[in-house]
Amino acid sequence: MALPVNLSISKTHLLTRKKQTIVAMLGVTFGIAMFILMISFMQGVNQFLEDTMLSATPDIHIYNDVKTDFSVSVAGQYFKDSNQLVAVAHPKPKEVTLNLKNAEGIMADLKRDPQVAAISPLLSTQVFYNYGPVQLNGFIDGVNITEESRLYHLAEKMIDGKPENLLTTDNGILMGKGLADKLNVRTGDLVSLATPTGSTMRFRIVGIFQIGVGTIDNVKSYVNISAVQQLLGKDRSYITDINIKLKDNKLSKIEAANFGKKYNYVSEDWETANSSVMASNLIRDVLTYVVSITLLVVAGFGIYNIMNMTIASKLKDIAILKAQGFARRDIVQIFLSQSLVIGLLGAITGLILGFFLSYLLSRTPFPANNNFISLKYFPVIFRPGHYIFGIVFGLVTTLIAGFMPSMKASRIDPVAILRG
Amino acid sequence: MAEILRAEHLNKYFYEPEPFQVLQDISFSVNKGEFVSLVGKSGSGKSTLLYLLSTLDTKYEGNIIINDVVVTGQSQNTLAKFRNENIGFVFQFHFLLPEFTAIENVMLPALKLKKYSREQIEEMAMDKLKQMDMQSFAKKPSGKLSGGQQQRVAIARALINDPLIIMADEPTGNLDSSNTKIVFDIFQHLTRDNGNTIITVTHDPDFAHKADRIIELVDGHLAK
Repeated sequence: MALPVNLSISKTHLLTRKKQTIVAMLGVTFGIAMFILMISFMQGVNQFLEDTMLSATPDIHIYNDVKTDFSVSVAGQYFKDSNQLVAVAHPKPKEVTLNLKNAEGIMADLKRDPQVAAISPLLSTQVFYNYGPVQLNGFIDGVNITEESRLYHLAEKMIDGKPENLLTTDNGILMGKGLADKLNVRTGDLVSLATPTGSTMRFRIVGIFQIGVGTIDNVKSYVNISAVQQLLGKDRSYITDINIKLKDNKLSKIEAANFGKKYNYVSEDWETANSSVMASNLIRDVLTYVVSITLLVVAGFGIYNIMNMTIASKLKDIAILKAQGFARRDIVQIFLSQSLVIGLLGAITGLILGFFLSYLLSRTPFPANNNFISLKYFPVIFRPGHYIFGIVFGLVTTLIAGFMPSMKASRIDPVAILRG
Repeated sequence: MAEILRAEHLNKYFYEPEPFQVLQDISFSVNKGEFVSLVGKSGSGKSTLLYLLSTLDTKYEGNIIINDVVVTGQSQNTLAKFRNENIGFVFQFHFLLPEFTAIENVMLPALKLKKYSREQIEEMAMDKLKQMDMQSFAKKPSGKLSGGQQQRVAIARALINDPLIIMADEPTGNLDSSNTKIVFDIFQHLTRDNGNTIITVTHDPDFAHKADRIIELVDGHLAK
């Protein structure tokens, strides 16, 4: 009861029109709740995709790109003195080696870089997996499993066995879950791998992993790098890729450009490698804000309408207050505080409702049980920042929506109304 | 007797629907404790004059001096404060705030003035209601009161800040004869015994003739 006089008037106004007040408030409530739900969900999806992406993509990937350049021919070199036109029909590409020359040197140099957290050398090749009569196409990554683990936290993704088993077993293999399911193999079984060049080797399964991305789990296996070198008949220094994890992955773009220039190989950062995912993240963000702002603007118009109606029905009261010595700013205060109260209550209930709905969604099982993504529940994140934004935006909307009618009320000429 | 209000050469024009001079060179003064009736035919400008004197209408030529303060040309905010402190209003259509109880209506101008604490104001408001014989209706919502009762609450409200002048626009225009008598007796009591100054617009000749002084307007001029 100790409210200042203007606020106690506005409180009485609000309480005598409970229904209108609640309707106006619900407009804001739903606007804010939907904003919270949408942003929590969309950001959750973004986060999930980014995490999945980063579990399959290194921060920076250095490799040797295949260049098939047919513009220069040996024939041209041979006949270069004469005035003859030399044309070679349908040339075959020359034999290219895809390895990184001086990989050891590059790695030693990378280790000195303060930004680099982990480096994993890689030798990848296509293979056929043979188990009984089944033959499946896929590829194997020859890695130093300790380094690779540091890059992708493999230990957390093992369904069976441990990554270190590779080190202790001769010709061990860690297999993707989808692949293992298709071959119907489990830990301890032997599979035979054939390369496109024709060589074959037998490996014993020592672990099964699931990254959560179908395109990887269905085709990929890990073995020791030396095993792949042996399978391909290459020497111990033959490495095709270097994967790098940075201390701060936001710097990937800059660092990747530096490495590319320094080592003269293709150096790709994760954002470029997954530019389509990054683009869809951006689209989801924009969509969320557009829809939320629309909802809040609609709620704002609701408040604007209700305040206008209130003021139209209170012309006499405004005139009498003015006659009794209430100044313009008192009138503005009386009506603006009403819309702010509506906004504040609406925003708070909206945040609570939004949190509740987000929580429900985060406990809802994700329906698609497919091989492409492994997701138990809808991805939802809870960030205080979103809630702060919601309440600030709710208040700003109602402030603007209430301001215009309040100003109008304060400009009313009492004489015109009191004379009737 | 001390002069409390002086009007000097007031001119007022209406521009809608067509230019028209409502008040022409009006000059007069009112002394403290006087009960003045403003009379005249419909359209003679008596209400217009009252709204000029009350500082609600500021678009006029000439000067108005209330209690040695020139109110002409002051800012709206200053005038609002001035009205709050020095002028009490009573209107034809009592104009109470319907959502509030009778006593809350009476208290509002004093709460705005903030000269006293809430408890003191409540006590004062109760006193004023007693003076109007309305104390038993104090906690009733003002919308539920009869016309005569509402008008008495409105008078109590006009008195709450002990104003210099009470201005009334047809205070009995909407009341039956018994209520008219009550209002008149209250006004007379206020001027005779309390020393209040009252300027009231009326077209009730009986009511007007009981006042201390009659100021008559004819077509925007002072009569006589």
